[in-house]
Amino acid sequence: MLTAILLTLLGLVLLALAMPVLAGRRIAPRLAHGGSALASAVFVLMAVAALAGGGAPVAELPFGTPFGPLLVALDGLSAWFLLLLGLAGLCASVFALAHEDAAPARALLAYPLFLAGMALTLLAADGVTLLLGFEAMSLASWALVASDHAKAENRRAARLYLVFAALAAVCLVPALGLLAGPGGDLAFAAIREAPPDGWRAALILALVVAGAGAKAGLVPLHAWLPLAHPAAPSHVSALMSAAMTKVALYVAARMLLDLGGPAQPVWWGVPLVALGAASAVLGALRANLEEEGKTLLAFSTIENVGLVAVGLGLAACFRAADLGALAALAAGAALLHALNHGVFKTLLFLGMGEVAHGAGSRLLDRLGGLIHAMPWTAACMLVGVGAAASLPPLSGFASEWLLLQALIAAWRVGDLTVQMLVLVAAAMVALAAALAAAAMVRLFGLVFLGRPRSPRGAGAHEGKGAARLSLLLPAGLTVLLGLLPGPMLALGGGAQALLTGQAMEGRAGLAFVAVGDGAAAYWPLGAALLLALALFGVWLLVKRGTEEPARGPAWDCGFAAPPQHLPFGDPLTQPTAAGMGQPLRRMLAQPVLAVTERVEMPEPGTVAPARIAMSFGDPAFALLLAPLATARDAVVARTERLRDLSIRQCLMLPFAALVALLLLVAWLEGGA
Amino acid sequence: MTSGFGTPAYDVSHLIGGGVLLLSFVMLYQRRIGAVINVFAVQGALLACAAAWQGYVQSAPELYLTALIAFGAKAVAIPLALRLLVGRLGLHKAVETSIGIGASLAAAIGLVGLSVLVVLPVTAGGATPLARVDLTIALSVVLLGMLAMIARRNAISQVIGLLTLENGLILAAVGVAGMPLVVELSTAALVLMVALVAAVVVFQIRDRLDTLDTHVLDRARGDS
Repeated sequence: MLTAILLTLLGLVLLALAMPVLAGRRIAPRLAHGGSALASAVFVLMAVAALAGGGAPVAELPFGTPFGPLLVALDGLSAWFLLLLGLAGLCASVFALAHEDAAPARALLAYPLFLAGMALTLLAADGVTLLLGFEAMSLASWALVASDHAKAENRRAARLYLVFAALAAVCLVPALGLLAGPGGDLAFAAIREAPPDGWRAALILALVVAGAGAKAGLVPLHAWLPLAHPAAPSHVSALMSAAMTKVALYVAARMLLDLGGPAQPVWWGVPLVALGAASAVLGALRANLEEEGKTLLAFSTIENVGLVAVGLGLAACFRAADLGALAALAAGAALLHALNHGVFKTLLFLGMGEVAHGAGSRLLDRLGGLIHAMPWTAACMLVGVGAAASLPPLSGFASEWLLLQALIAAWRVGDLTVQMLVLVAAAMVALAAALAAAAMVRLFGLVFLGRPRSPRGAGAHEGKGAARLSLLLPAGLTVLLGLLPGPMLALGGGAQALLTGQAMEGRAGLAFVAVGDGAAAYWPLGAALLLALALFGVWLLVKRGTEEPARGPAWDCGFAAPPQHLPFGDPLTQPTAAGMGQPLRRMLAQPVLAVTERVEMPEPGTVAPARIAMSFGDPAFALLLAPLATARDAVVARTERLRDLSIRQCLMLPFAALVALLLLVAWLEGGA
Repeated sequence: MTSGFGTPAYDVSHLIGGGVLLLSFVMLYQRRIGAVINVFAVQGALLACAAAWQGYVQSAPELYLTALIAFGAKAVAIPLALRLLVGRLGLHKAVETSIGIGASLAAAIGLVGLSVLVVLPVTAGGATPLARVDLTIALSVVLLGMLAMIARRNAISQVIGLLTLENGLILAAVGVAGMPLVVELSTAALVLMVALVAAVVVFQIRDRLDTLDTHVLDRARGDS
C-alpha cells in the first residue's frame, strides 16, 4: 500500500521534472494534469483501502538525512486526509485538463510537486519528513500563486504568501525540535514515548498554533489567504482551499493531539477553540461583504477552517476532562467537516472558475442570470452553496450539526473558564453558520439569478466534457457525503481513535448519526425522503391544483422587462454586491472591520449625483502586519548602521561574539 | 615517557607554553614597533622549541619538521621581512595604541581567566593533563592575538597580532598527539600567504593614504 503511494509520489516528481523539457509542446499540460488526476485517484483508492482495512506500518525511505532515516506510515488520520487530498486533487486536475491548456511551464512544474508535497506531509512518520513535505507544499504553491506574475497585485499576493509560509516554517521547526524524544529522535513513535509538559508544552502549543494556523488561515494570521486565492488559477485555488489548509490542520492535529499525548491539561484545546471561533465569524462576515467571487469563497474557507479548528480544540478539551465519548464526537465532527468542506469548496472554486471562463469575470457586479446560459454549472453550484450554507440533506449540515452538538455538550468540562469560553464559541459558531448561509444566498443570487449585468455575461457559455465532469464529480460527492455521514464517520473511526483514544462506535450507523445514547440523532436519508415527499407534494399540487393557470401581468417589484435603449436592463434596477452586503455591514461589521461610510454631496448648483463612499479594512493588516512592517524597517535601519563601522569595530564584533560564546560555555559548564 | 604532573615532559612543555603566553603579554605593552617585531621573533623561536620538545616527547619525527618551519618562518623570515618593511617605509617608531596599555593588559588577564574557565571543565574527562594545560595556553594566546589586533591602530602591528593568533593555533596543534603533518604544513602555507597579502595591503595603504593608521581608512570607504 505504502509502496504504491510512494511510487505515485515518485511519478509526480518525475512528471514535474519532465515539464521543463516538454515546455511549449501541446502534450505538456495534458500530461501534467492527466498524471496528477491519475495520482489523485491512486490516493483515493489507497486511502479508502487503508481506512477500511487498517493502515500500513512505519517504513523507511531508501534514503535518509543526517538527522536520521526518513520514515513514512499510513494510519487512520493520514488516510482520512489523504482521501480528502485525493478527491480534491482529482476534481481540480480534471478541471485543469479542460481549461488549462495554455498554462506556462512554471505552473505545470509546480502543480505535481504541490500534490506530492501535500501527500508526503500526510504520510510522514517523523519530523524531518513532515517538514520536507510541508515546505515542498509551501514552495510549490507559492510558485503557483505567482504563476501569473505580470499583474502587480498577484506579485504582492505571492510575496505576502511567501512571508506567511516562512512564518509557518519558523514556528514549526522549533516546535518539532522541542517535541523531539530522548536523544533528539524525531520519529513520531519516539515522540509519543516522551510527551512534553510544563513550559515546553506551552511553547509547543503556541508555536504549532501559530505555524499551522498561519498555513491554515486562522485569524489573525489569515491575511495572505484572500489575496492568494484570486491570484492563483482556479484549480489551484480549489486545491489550496480544499486540501492545503486541511493539511495544515492535519499538522496541528497530529502535533497537538496525537504527538502531544493524552495527558495534556484542559487549556490545551483553548487556543484552537478561541481562534477557530474568531475565524469562523470573521470569515463568514467578510464573505458577505466581498464583491469578487474567489475572494468571497476564500473568506468562506477561513470560516470553515475555523469550524474545524473549534472541533479539534474541543476534542482536546474533552479528552483532558476525561469525556472520551464527547471527545470522539468533537473529533469526528471536525474530521467530517474537513472532508465535507474539502469536497464542496473544490466544487465552488471550480464552479467559480467555470463562471470566470464562461462569463469573463469573477466580479459579482458583472455577472447575473447565468442560470440560463450555464445550467449545468448553476445546478452544481446550487448543490455547493447548499452544502456551504449547511442545508440538510447536503454534506455541510451533518458535520456542522455534530459540531454544534459537541459545543452544546461542552458545559460538562468542569472548568468554569472553559465553560464560559465554549458558551461564547457556541454562539459565535451559530452566528457564523447563519452568516455563511447568507453569504451563499448572496453569491448564488448575484451570479446565477436575475438578469445579466454585462454584455459579456449575457453571452456566457459553459464547457462540456471534462469541464462538466469536474463539476459533476464533486457535486455528486457532496450529495453522497451528505446522505452517508454515518458510514463516513465509521470509516474515520481510526482517525478519531488516534486523536482522542476513542471512536464514535455505535453512534454512526448506515443511516444515522447520534450524539450519544438516548440523545439527539440525525437521519439524513429520512430528511432527504421528507424533503423529496414535500417537493413531490408541491409538484402534485401545482400540477393538479388548477386545470388552466391563468397568466397575467403581475407587479414584479419594479423589475420590468428591459427598455429598448438598455438591452441588458438598467443595472440600477438590480441589487449590487455591495448593496446586498450593506445591512450586515452596518449591523455587524462596524466594530470589527473599521467600516467608513460617508455621503459625498455635490456642490449646490452642479448636476453631479451624490455618492456614498464606503470602505472597510481587515484589522489583521492594521494591527498585525503594519506594526510588523514598521519593526522590520527599524531592524533593517539598525543593521544598516553596521556597514558604517570602522575596521577596528568590525574586528571587535567577532571578537566580542567569540568571548560571549566562551563565557556562555564557561557558564553552562559551571552550571552543569 | 609519561606526561603527568612533575614529569619532565609536563614541566618543560608547561614552561615553554607559559613562555609563549608571557610573550603575548609582553607584546601588548610594547610601544615601539621594532620591539613588537622582536617579541614576535622570540615567540616564534619559543614556538619552535615547543614543537621540537613535543616531537621528542611524543617521539614523532614530523614535529621536528614543524619546529624547523616554525623557526624558519616565525623567528627569522617574517621578522626580517617586517623589519625590512619598517625600514623601507621609514615608519616613525611609536606605536599608536587605541586602547590604553593598562586597560589592554587587564583585558588580557580576563581573557586568560576565561580560557581557563572554558577549557578545564570541558576537557575534564579523558584528556591528559598536558593536553589540557596546553589547550588552555593555546586558547589564551589566540585570544590575546585578537586583542592585539584590536588594541593597535598601526597596520603592521595588526598583521603581527594576526600572526600571534596563528602561533596559538600551532601551539594547540603540536600539543595534541597524532595531529597529521599535513595540517601543520597547510597552516604554515596559509600563514605565509596571509603575510604576503598583508604586506601587499600595507604597501597599498601606504601608497594611497601616506599613513599606516587604519583609522584613516574609514574616510576612504566607497559605500558610505
